[in-house]
Amino acid sequence: MRAAGYLRYELLRTVRNRRFLVFSLGFPLVLYFLIAGPNKDQHDFGGSGLDAPLYYMVGLMAFGTMNGMLSTGARIAGERQVGWNRQLRISPLSARGYLGTKVVTAYAMACTTIAVMSLSGVSLGVRLSAGHWVRMLAMILVGLVPFAAGGILLGHMVTSDSAGPALGGITSLLALVSGTWFPIGDSGVIHDVAQVLPSYWLVQAAHVGVGGNGWGGTGWTVIAVWSAALAWLAARAYRRDTGRV
Amino acid sequence: MPALATREIVLQGLEKTFRTPAGPVHAVRGVDIRIETGETVALLGPNGAGKSTTIDMLLGLLAPDRGSVSLFGRAPADAIDAGLIGAMLQTGSLIRDLSVRELITMIGSLYPDPLDVDEVLDVTGLRDIAEHRTQKLSGGQTQRVRFAVAIVSNPELLVLDEPTVALDVEGRRSFWTTMRGFASRGKTVVFATHYLEEADAYADRAILMARGRIVADGPTTEIKALVGSRTIRVTLPDVGEAELAGLPGVSGVERRGEAAVLACADSDVALRALLARYPGARDVEVTGAGLEEAFLRLTGEDDDAGRAAGEGDDAGRADGDAGDAEAIA
Repeated sequence: MRAAGYLRYELLRTVRNRRFLVFSLGFPLVLYFLIAGPNKDQHDFGGSGLDAPLYYMVGLMAFGTMNGMLSTGARIAGERQVGWNRQLRISPLSARGYLGTKVVTAYAMACTTIAVMSLSGVSLGVRLSAGHWVRMLAMILVGLVPFAAGGILLGHMVTSDSAGPALGGITSLLALVSGTWFPIGDSGVIHDVAQVLPSYWLVQAAHVGVGGNGWGGTGWTVIAVWSAALAWLAARAYRRDTGRV
Repeated sequence: MPALATREIVLQGLEKTFRTPAGPVHAVRGVDIRIETGETVALLGPNGAGKSTTIDMLLGLLAPDRGSVSLFGRAPADAIDAGLIGAMLQTGSLIRDLSVRELITMIGSLYPDPLDVDEVLDVTGLRDIAEHRTQKLSGGQTQRVRFAVAIVSNPELLVLDEPTVALDVEGRRSFWTTMRGFASRGKTVVFATHYLEEADAYADRAILMARGRIVADGPTTEIKALVGSRTIRVTLPDVGEAELAGLPGVSGVERRGEAAVLACADSDVALRALLARYPGARDVEVTGAGLEEAFLRLTGEDDDAGRAAGEGDDAGRADGDAGDAEAIA
């Protein structure tokens, strides 16, 4: 209940953090214009049934927001490194207030990335109906739930030093096999593996933008299972973490 | 100010054992402490005495294996929720990307009845660096900000775990002056230190811990007399132990070849008598017994009791490990 002041300063810290600006905003933005720009007249890009600007808009949106969500992990690891988690545990800030603030902050970062990438998409000719925009972006926000929980979990598993490589590695790998950089096709090993990854379904949300069906039963199940599992693990990691690091 | 159900802090029968690859380490082995409101109490002991583990249990950061903690009649978690506790933990630094003022404001906003931020900045001498970013502060400045973070909540109980470890002499003095100012508002203060001088100068009462137990508890003047003794080392081959033990001010004698080591209750008196009676005495050294040494003497009995109770020879080895474990844990 007293988390409002805490949230305000956490958001302020986020805005001041260069890592966020570079990896969650600048990086996807620059890549978008580099990759989608020259291909902006390609329809049915790579057999995906989507225009290249739309495909990469959502692909890089997924990349940037995954990065933003998981970077909660780096922030928590940093706080644990300096003992700040213990300082907060001896304050009246509740577990819900602490974890809730981390999630809200991560979503605020994601929404910034989504807004910036949407505007960039429009500037390269992406035109969707209002209803399709809303449905697509809402699906992306839902698809980020596993990453919100995953960020908190990672924050309690890695050290401050290893957070950067760990997060960078995870995000790059997920982006690669989930079709962020190029469509992965409808069959094959990568396709089969990607099916069970939440990041794949983030990228698939693009189909909703042109009236497609989106996730279907498989997609919703994958997102739900990852969300539940990671949230459970994250809560457990948080409860166990009171020791001096 | 929140109403206090009772005015005491009670630690009862606290025990904590850590499992380590090298075997169990008994960090705290039966600690009972009762502290009245308004007292300033030093938890004094060498590294590995169990001070930090005791403080972690006091704050509810660590669950005791046995025993209980009551802070003003409440469990630690409830006292913390009520905003009654402020603490400066032993290890710790600050989160980055906020100014000093913003950080203190943020922490204050978590509490029901915080102090005015400007007042805290003045009291802690941080006014001049209030707008500096936390990642750009010196070690001494960081410690002062951590202290400000601990008191901005206007706590009834302030807990400080070795707060001056990173500070130079001047920094220490100014830190303790600030702490005294805060304590004079009727607050209860518990601080851990391994400096006898700090306990002596800034606490009303000192609790001596060694090897996970309390070995003495009383007014600081008494504690100082107990552990602040000196030893005289002298080369004096032909005089018997019993004869030396008869010197005024000497409380114990140990022969080490040609040299004798005299433990003294009053080293001034002992030294005068020694030189007057034995002109042949040479290589005289007077040293203050370190806390470590004093504690070993005070705890000698404990070990014997432990062996008698059947703990066997392993008791000594486990004691030795306790220090390392606390540093790692």
